[in-house]
Amino acid sequence: MVSTTQFLVLGAILFSIGTLGVIVRRNTITMFMSIELMLNAVNLTFLAFARHFDQVDGQIFVFFVMTVAAAEAAVGLALIVLLSKRNDSVDIDQANTMKW
Amino acid sequence: MNSLDFQMLNYSALSPEIILSVAGILLMLLIPFVKREKQAKLGYLSLVGIAAAMVAVIAQWGQSDLTFFDMVFQDNFANFAKLLFLFAVAAIIATSIQYLERDSLYKAEYFSLLLFATVGMCLMAASADLIMTFLGIEILSIATYVLAGYRLGEQKSTESAVKYFLLGAFSTGFLLYGIAFIYGATGSTKYLEIAQSLGNQTEYPVYLLIGLGLIFVGFGFKAALAPFHVWTPDVYEGAPIPITAHLAVASKAAALIALLRILFQVVPSISSGWVELLWISAVLTMLVGNIAALTQSNIKRMLAYSSIAHAGYLLVGLAANNDFGAQGVLFYLLAYAFMNLGAFAIIQIIGRQNEETVEIKDYAGVGFQHPFLGLALSVFLVSLAGIPLTAGFTGKLFLFSAAVQSGMYWLVVIAVIASAIGIYYYLRVLIYMYMRDAEGEIKPVDRLSMATRIVIVVMVLGTIYLGILPGSILKLASEAINF
Repeated sequence: MVSTTQFLVLGAILFSIGTLGVIVRRNTITMFMSIELMLNAVNLTFLAFARHFDQVDGQIFVFFVMTVAAAEAAVGLALIVLLSKRNDSVDIDQANTMKW
Repeated sequence: MNSLDFQMLNYSALSPEIILSVAGILLMLLIPFVKREKQAKLGYLSLVGIAAAMVAVIAQWGQSDLTFFDMVFQDNFANFAKLLFLFAVAAIIATSIQYLERDSLYKAEYFSLLLFATVGMCLMAASADLIMTFLGIEILSIATYVLAGYRLGEQKSTESAVKYFLLGAFSTGFLLYGIAFIYGATGSTKYLEIAQSLGNQTEYPVYLLIGLGLIFVGFGFKAALAPFHVWTPDVYEGAPIPITAHLAVASKAAALIALLRILFQVVPSISSGWVELLWISAVLTMLVGNIAALTQSNIKRMLAYSSIAHAGYLLVGLAANNDFGAQGVLFYLLAYAFMNLGAFAIIQIIGRQNEETVEIKDYAGVGFQHPFLGLALSVFLVSLAGIPLTAGFTGKLFLFSAAVQSGMYWLVVIAVIASAIGIYYYLRVLIYMYMRDAEGEIKPVDRLSMATRIVIVVMVLGTIYLGILPGSILKLASEAINF
């Protein structure tokens, strides 16, 4: 039987990979995928706790998170398309017209 | 709970949100029936929606309830916050109409998105559950990501939207992870249940502390607190001016108000740990904002750093962790709305078509060419700098004296030094306006539309009124923090 802690550790590892991905990668699509990874790590954490408490609440939150993530993806990908049309690239380092 | 009983729901608690959502959807349905060039006029219709929502809020002043399956508070705190958001968004819409027409951005979805963003903010203020808070933040954020990129043809605007989106979504990840940990530590996401389970404990599980830290990171991003402020200048500079005003005033206020409620209703029993965190963040935010603003040449960017600094002053009030501090925060948010919305309304006019002239040097000679605009902008800048007889001064006075009450003398010393640094860059704009002559030929600015003129006059009067007679608003704020 897999214990709650093991799920939490897996969640933490996935979340860290996602965070690192956002910080290290420069491709906006990859960054966005890393963010999705973070959100899914959160979902896993919610589910692990829900199982631990034997509650249904945690599972319902996951649906909320997935819905919001989908809405965010719709808007975010549209913005990235807009950026790639202007710059001919989805690289965030080329989005540098504003600098102090 | 055997079955959902919809008779039990207190719909009046959510009536402002319902009205705003319906108004937003109706507006979207109307758009195809209106000629492109006339679409900006639909903004007046959205103002009707806002006015109706305001009436709905005022009608429930004084009532208190916990409804929608313990997800939504109906109390004066939420009502005060909702009125503040509605007022700010009304001013932003009123100035946007002229802005959209001048730059031929004929797309009335703009107003629907602003109304939806307002729904998100209202939910954040009324939320009684971390999941509801999260949904409110997302409803607000997703609408503003789109709005920041509304100048489709412009590189800067697109960049600003993409940056805001990536960092906003990134911070959402942290916020949610924090919520997950708090759920893990307490077995609930409802504010009152969390507070209850914490009240019985003397030692706190490590999950809880991690969770609270992560939630603070999430809110820090939304309210642009240092060290999570890095996105602010770029996003504020690139976004359309009315949207910059929205980000700087309404969206920031929503994040701080949600944070305030969490501090007072969820974790009052472990405030000692929070206070340290807020203390450090307040100092960093004030210093970073004020020092970085000194070197800016673009006025939108300067006001972006200034808004970071003001978030720092508000944190001083939160760190004070007493009722007076909470009152001060509500008061200062209103004062800040008056002065900053006014300043942005004028920057938008002086910016001319397509935001051509938003550098500080473009303000040379403005004071004598446009006496009304010059005088009004002077009032706003003087108030932002915190000079007596203006709202900015009384607001800071309340925030800082709350911190003194809690014995945080060093924090107040740093805050006063930081706001003294701030005076320099606000007054620099005044010097350009009144003491430098304009170089070369300058294009005339647009005639003020009636709506813009009313906004500017209301903001000037509000700034001065709060500066001289703060009593009535302070009393309202003290009614609002009776949790």
